[in-house]
Amino acid sequence: MKVLVAIKRVVDAYVKVRVKSDGTGVDLANAKMAINPFCEIAVEEAIRLKEAGAAEEIIAVSIGATQCQEQLRTALALGADRGILVENDEALEPLAIAKLLKAVVDKEGIDLVILGKQSIDTDNNQTGQMLAALCNWPQGTFACNAEIQDGKIQVTREVDGGEQTVLLNMPAVVTTDLRLNEPRYASLPNIMKAKKKPIDTTTPAELGVDVSSNLKTLSVEAPAERSAGIKVESIEELVNKLKTEAKVI
Amino acid sequence: MIRDQETINQLVDIIERFVRERLIPAEEQMAEEGKLPDHLLQEMRELGLFGLTIPEEYGGLGLTMEEEILVSMALGHTSPAFRSIMGTNNGIGSAAIVFNGTEAQKQKYLPKYASGEWISCFCLTEPEAGSDAASLRTTARREGDFYIINGTKRYITNAPVAHTFNVMARTNPDIKGARGISSFIVERDTPGITLGSIDKKMGQSGSMTCDVIFEDVKVPAENIIGEEGEGFITAMKVLDRGRLHISGVSIGVAKRLIADALDYAMQRKQFGQPLAEQQLIQAMLADSQTETYAAECMTLETARRRDRNENVSTESSACKLFCTEMVGRVADRAVQIHGGAGYMSEYAVERFYRDVRLFRLYEGTSQIQQIIIARNMIRAAS
Ligand SMILES: Cc1cc2nc3c(=O)[nH]c(=O)nc-3n(C[C@H](O)[C@H](O)[C@H](O)COP(=O)(O)OP(=O)(O)OC[C@H]3O[C@@H](n4cnc5c(N)ncnc54)[C@H](O)[C@@H]3O)c2cc1C
Repeated sequence: MKVLVAIKRVVDAYVKVRVKSDGTGVDLANAKMAINPFCEIAVEEAIRLKEAGAAEEIIAVSIGATQCQEQLRTALALGADRGILVENDEALEPLAIAKLLKAVVDKEGIDLVILGKQSIDTDNNQTGQMLAALCNWPQGTFACNAEIQDGKIQVTREVDGGEQTVLLNMPAVVTTDLRLNEPRYASLPNIMKAKKKPIDTTTPAELGVDVSSNLKTLSVEAPAERSAGIKVESIEELVNKLKTEAKVI
Repeated sequence: MIRDQETINQLVDIIERFVRERLIPAEEQMAEEGKLPDHLLQEMRELGLFGLTIPEEYGGLGLTMEEEILVSMALGHTSPAFRSIMGTNNGIGSAAIVFNGTEAQKQKYLPKYASGEWISCFCLTEPEAGSDAASLRTTARREGDFYIINGTKRYITNAPVAHTFNVMARTNPDIKGARGISSFIVERDTPGITLGSIDKKMGQSGSMTCDVIFEDVKVPAENIIGEEGEGFITAMKVLDRGRLHISGVSIGVAKRLIADALDYAMQRKQFGQPLAEQQLIQAMLADSQTETYAAECMTLETARRRDRNENVSTESSACKLFCTEMVGRVADRAVQIHGGAGYMSEYAVERFYRDVRLFRLYEGTSQIQQIIIARNMIRAAS
């Protein structure tokens, strides 16, 4: 089984970001970048499948600027076998990403695609679903457990109010939720060895994919500052304030 | 010298993350129990932290000096006792073999150090020989294919958990100074080794030291590192590299102290505003930041020069002197900025204040660094 894992380069979760003063986006100049945490969970899941003997090859793919190679290297250090960089300087919308991933899936003959359920920068939560639709494959989104069973994959999904377990025919698309696994740390010797693993570079044009946009970002604003809380003296006062001031009950 | 910027960035990134997610949360537990939790020892091994400086062909990372400084600064963000446990394998415990060992010695010991399976230690100091290490009294007497070692070593880091001891002993009783001293690898299970009780220390709880007593310890002659009489010179080379490493750790700890102090100063309000708005507090923060930056620049520059094979004996001592004294001042200010809270164990700065005191004492006290610097100056001028 060949597994494709999609990797997104995003601002490091520990960096405090600021919205640009002209409202066109977030200021990322000199910001530390990292693998999207959900993508890291996807890599970990793929490695576990390989360690369990269920997968033969793990290919990590990233779409974006040249620097995405850094995140691909991290995936290679964690245990992916090789990397593919689809080089593109502009930010792409989920549909364009899904089309590019489909092109890679077709080219490489992939049996299972594992993606993060969303990325922590734009929180779209669309790419995996769109990819499944484009491939006409079954999908198990928000996975908190995944097991290969006789050529099928059983995925437990986190849904509102509980869990849902589905059995998917392969090939399939799985998107990861936070509780699927706890990603390992890439060991320092493996980071050194990852330098020697191959990364192929391609472009949307080479893959024959039109990535023109249907979306326009009108403005980006920081969330409103939270005002300071208050202390109440009694339960009556709390209930009263919830009714009259917060108007939530 | 950085061999590959992207790779070193990744190494430092993963270490910073490991420090933040795994080590910092365990600082208090280790300080209280006086012992590194077993699972963390295992995680540190798996990450590869024991082989930082060991050459790649023996299972390590073979970091250059500049790379090692970047890594030691990252490790400095948490209790120095964590670093101390892996510190001997990456430094004083293994370096003599790396510098001067035979191929057979390298094959036998370095892979075990790199994986962390074995812990090493460095036995130079004695009850009667501290700063004046060349006066050491431990003896190694040749008898056939063996050396017989007798003597007592003091304050030996990691000795309580060590598998091998790198022992400096006098092979030629007729030469009183440095040239009568040789360097040996002694394995823990050799008969005649007794460990003293674990020393009670001011700080760095979790890192252990004790006396090591050698009574007619019979060591195979092939365990000598280098030639007879070369031991002290090798030991000084080992300490030379160690000085830059300790400088890097001091810078890392200073950064952690500044981060904690800044955080506190921005939260804590007095006179109607955060402490950080008070100019006298700002002065302490700014001085700490400036000194840390100066320390970082000088240490990285010296490391780069060492990587170019320049003689940096004076500069390494200057770094050790400045960086370790600097982190002492930064720790003092961090406690001051915390006020009474800084005296309470609940805040990490109280612990770090005690931890950093050691840096000015071992691997050559501040006074010994001053002496080295001044002697080199005089020698160069005469
Ligand atoms: C926690 C800890 C861990 C250690 N780990 C190790 C280890 O792993 N291996 C090892 O071999 N040793 C180790 N040591 C020993 C350490 O290196 C020595 O303590 C240090 O070199 C100082 O020697 P001393 O304690 O005998 O002090 P002394 O040499 O007695 O010095 C006392 C004071 O006199 C000053 N002084 C000495 N000579 C002069 C001079 N000529 N001019 C001016 N001032 C002078 C010193 O600077 C110091 O202030 C460790 C020590 C500690 C505390």
